[in-house]
Amino acid sequence: MDLHEELLELLQENARYSIDDLARMTDAEPDEVEAEIERLESEGVIRGYQAVVDFEETERERVRAIVELNVTLDRETSYGDIADRIVQFPEVRELRLVSGDYDFDMEVQGDSMREVSHFISDKIAPIPEITQTVTHYHMDTYKTQGIVLGDGDDDDRLSISP
Amino acid sequence: MTIEPSQRVETVPPSGIRRFFELAEEMDEIISLGVGEPDFSAPWAAREAAITSLELGKTSYTANRGRRELRELIAADADRRYDLTYDPDEEVLVTTGASEGLDLALRAVIDPGDTVAVVQPSYVSYVPGVIFAGGEPLPVPTTTETDFKLTTEALYEAGADEADALVLCYPNNPTGATMTGSELEPIAEFAREHDLVVLSDEIYSELTYEHDHTSIATLPGMRERTIVFNGFSKAYAMTGLRLGYALGPPEAIAAMNRIHQYTMLSAPTTAQYAAIEALESCDDAVGEMRRQYDRRRRLVLSRFEEMGIECFPASGAFYAFPESPWDDSEAFAEALLEDQHVAVVPGTAFGEGGEGHLRVSYATGMSDLKEALDRIETFIS
Repeated sequence: MDLHEELLELLQENARYSIDDLARMTDAEPDEVEAEIERLESEGVIRGYQAVVDFEETERERVRAIVELNVTLDRETSYGDIADRIVQFPEVRELRLVSGDYDFDMEVQGDSMREVSHFISDKIAPIPEITQTVTHYHMDTYKTQGIVLGDGDDDDRLSISP
Repeated sequence: MTIEPSQRVETVPPSGIRRFFELAEEMDEIISLGVGEPDFSAPWAAREAAITSLELGKTSYTANRGRRELRELIAADADRRYDLTYDPDEEVLVTTGASEGLDLALRAVIDPGDTVAVVQPSYVSYVPGVIFAGGEPLPVPTTTETDFKLTTEALYEAGADEADALVLCYPNNPTGATMTGSELEPIAEFAREHDLVVLSDEIYSELTYEHDHTSIATLPGMRERTIVFNGFSKAYAMTGLRLGYALGPPEAIAAMNRIHQYTMLSAPTTAQYAAIEALESCDDAVGEMRRQYDRRRRLVLSRFEEMGIECFPASGAFYAFPESPWDDSEAFAEALLEDQHVAVVPGTAFGEGGEGHLRVSYATGMSDLKEALDRIETFIS
């Protein structure tokens, strides 16, 4: 496996691995690892680093919803044009064009259901190309960004075994 | 009256690991690098196959030798991976863990007084297995000078040219050593020249990081004198399902099956269904686990080097076998446990040549592994 592929895998597993540990795990020199990560960042392969937060464990309430969007296109307007407008809203966390019964799959976030509902009815639904929205509020999250939430499994192996 | 253990049992001391286990169990919040099994669970597909088999009521015995479908898959897999060609009807025996296979083989081929050379340091069961079978164990020490690889010099020095059988384990527990085909060739020649039966425990064959595994049974003239042991515990993280297999010439497998049919009848049926699925669909999961182990291995070896702990470049299984910073490895391991709550296993638990070393298992998640290494560093500085 190439160094860049291995680094991408490791950083997706834990973006806080130190350069030294990444070098140890990949049998590379720390300078090499640092240069490779800089290259991946400058070429836009790595777009950022974020914490995986379980909001159930925080005081502050967060509301998230998946919104199915149907749109209508014309000669002057492409999917990309519509997407360019929608992604401007900070409330929108994810936006994807998908196959199937609807066109866009959008994830939005707000502090309350009222806020999220207003955002959809006031900002998204009125966009001329949007013909339909179907909103699904998240009720519980079990796994996100590859990480299983909850208490985790206890290691029930014998502490010492041959 | 009291029931007196037999003399056979009395001659075998309890496992050296046991005392350490008890010490560790008394302590809270330890990080253990003393575990001899994967930290992963069996691949979901294999677990689901086991569940489905239970739902379908597949809870009876199987054929003594194991389900034919499984034996066919085992034979095909051994051929594909290691060029080991065995007939599923005559030359494959499904056992309750590779451990049962080894025990059967020792009992099936060793006569009272036969000498069995055992390469050491080694897994804790070989020497007791030889004694229980009525044989005389002959330790063949390997050392850090040869990166714990077996050499003909070591065999001659131990007097193994007079032995009847040789127990080998590469990739090795506890050292993490591996042997290439060309390194095995002189060993094969030695076995042919001195007419030794070779019992080759290859349970870690899928976990090599520098070169692919070669089975000694594939070398010229070795097939007829070798029994190979493998299983699902390590590669597929299925230790608790207790499923292994032996591959060998028909007469050896028949002799082993003679004991197996009376003492075990058949290997666990549920586990056999899991194993079928493991062979059919879990290559990717094995590859993914191997990659994780390899990263940890590199991390552990680098950290030891930086700490000034001597450690030969272990290239298989999920163990490193560094030199103990103190000459007395038991004292060191005990002090490390008490002071830093990190468990490692002193090399003395694994027989001759183990003293002065520690078995460090990296079958532990990356964050615990890093924390344990930090604590070791704190402890020795």
